[in-house]
Amino acid sequence: MINGISIDLYLWLSSILFVIGVIGVMLRRNTIILFMCIELMLNAVSLLMVAFSALHQDTAGQVFVFFNMAVAACEVAVGLAILTMIFRRSKSIDADLLSNLKN
Amino acid sequence: MIGLIIIIGLGILAMISEIFNFKKLLHPIVLVGVIAAGTFNLIEWNQPVKIQYFDNMLAFDRPALAFSTVILFVALLWFTLSRTYFKNGGHLVDQYTLVLFMMVGAIILTAFTNMTTLFLGIEIMSIPLYVLAASKKGDPASNEAGFKYLLMGAFASSFLLFGIALVYGATASFDLATIQNFIATNQANLPNFFYVGVVFILVAMLFKISVAPFHFWAPDVYEGSPTVITALMSTIVKIAGIAAFLDLFIGSFQDVSFLWIKIISVIAAISLVVANVTAGVQTSVKRMLAFSSVSHATFMLLAILANLAYNVSVETLLYYSLSYAMASLIAFGILDLVKQDEGYSFKSFNGLYVRNPFLAISMTIAMLSLAGIPLASGFFAKYFVLSSLFDSGYIYLNVLAIIAAVIGACFYFKVIIAMYNGDSENRKKIQVETAQGVVFVICTGVIIVLGAFPGLIVELF
Repeated sequence: MINGISIDLYLWLSSILFVIGVIGVMLRRNTIILFMCIELMLNAVSLLMVAFSALHQDTAGQVFVFFNMAVAACEVAVGLAILTMIFRRSKSIDADLLSNLKN
Repeated sequence: MIGLIIIIGLGILAMISEIFNFKKLLHPIVLVGVIAAGTFNLIEWNQPVKIQYFDNMLAFDRPALAFSTVILFVALLWFTLSRTYFKNGGHLVDQYTLVLFMMVGAIILTAFTNMTTLFLGIEIMSIPLYVLAASKKGDPASNEAGFKYLLMGAFASSFLLFGIALVYGATASFDLATIQNFIATNQANLPNFFYVGVVFILVAMLFKISVAPFHFWAPDVYEGSPTVITALMSTIVKIAGIAAFLDLFIGSFQDVSFLWIKIISVIAAISLVVANVTAGVQTSVKRMLAFSSVSHATFMLLAILANLAYNVSVETLLYYSLSYAMASLIAFGILDLVKQDEGYSFKSFNGLYVRNPFLAISMTIAMLSLAGIPLASGFFAKYFVLSSLFDSGYIYLNVLAIIAAVIGACFYFKVIIAMYNGDSENRKKIQVETAQGVVFVICTGVIIVLGAFPGLIVELF
């Protein structure tokens, strides 16, 4: 229990956010939206870690969230750089254009 | 630990070499640095000193030192092999920096004792690789490979994180030893979400070492990336990934093995069939090697499944990964030399024996080793895995693995046949630089010596 709210609710909330992210990555074809969905997944995890951290009265979980944010920022920075490179060539950010390597 | 610090220092040095204008010296400095790091690993091997660092987040025990020395050895050969590529391609400083930091991540993965360092190691290893995969800016295939790798890597990382969060929620700790104790003492009343967390971590790790059905990104990424980077992905990343897998599952999640053993055995069966059958129908050698790396990752997974004592698993995997890495370096190195305008088809190997007998013989030994023919080290690598699997009673899986290995041998022989029989219109001799020749000689030497004396590694611990 954290302030009278059961940990199960936090678990459900972050699981639902995570699943929305997963479905988004699988269904959407706009690459910017794909990045947003991955961010959603990572932030769902951050929420869960902070909730467990409060539950266990242990700061390690919150420290982990900082690493989590830093890594998410790195991934998006690299991703957007690659995306800019692709956009210059094909003038589009549709993920379906990126399927030339399949036989 | 000193080895890790040296590699970090080399990475920083590589970054400032552009500013202080000693770019030309970078290559020898990196080679010396990697050798020094390897030497310090060997010194630490015999030293009974404190092995835990950073508040018990990294521990360089003997298995970690052994795996990181293998990684450093492969990296040393890789730097020598890829020298020509960087000479012609430019951007040497950027790419050396990225490769060095990737190695930092890989070494952390061999030595982590905390979920935090596991996550950071995987990310430090992966993020430079996303950039390296996309590093051929003008080539749409390379861009696509980089983007796919990034998307799938980030997707897998968030699964890993979710798993870590759930395990943390159940055990209230990120420390692997604490988690292991907690599981051992509270086996009966672990919450359900703990098991979900372990499965999520398992799936994410399978993604990272690319075992079917989580391998769908691997062929595209391997094919699109520059060949030297593919060589890096199929050697160092695989070794680091499998070392991390071993530490996690034989180490901390040993007591819930009833959960992951079933999953891994089903996945290994699927992966053996899928990887070897699809590899057989490929027309591009690079794609075939990508599927072959999936198949070899599965064999390494089988060694974990055999559920041996930790030391025996380490020896088996060390032997397997070293022998696979050597053969893989030769295969990708020669592929880069012989590829022609039409791409990476089997045709480009036609008549290689006439064009350059030395390359043809090296490639033959590499292919025989990958196929698992006796006297090459690949045979004993597969033999140790399969015999330990047999001892633990996985008869059906064993039969399947042997059939898969036989099917696998066929497509490696396709390359060999093309080299000796295929007539090539192109009679041009292939020039091999001395440094590259030395790398091929060392790799074939290691393959043959390991094949003749497997005890060198198997009795290490």
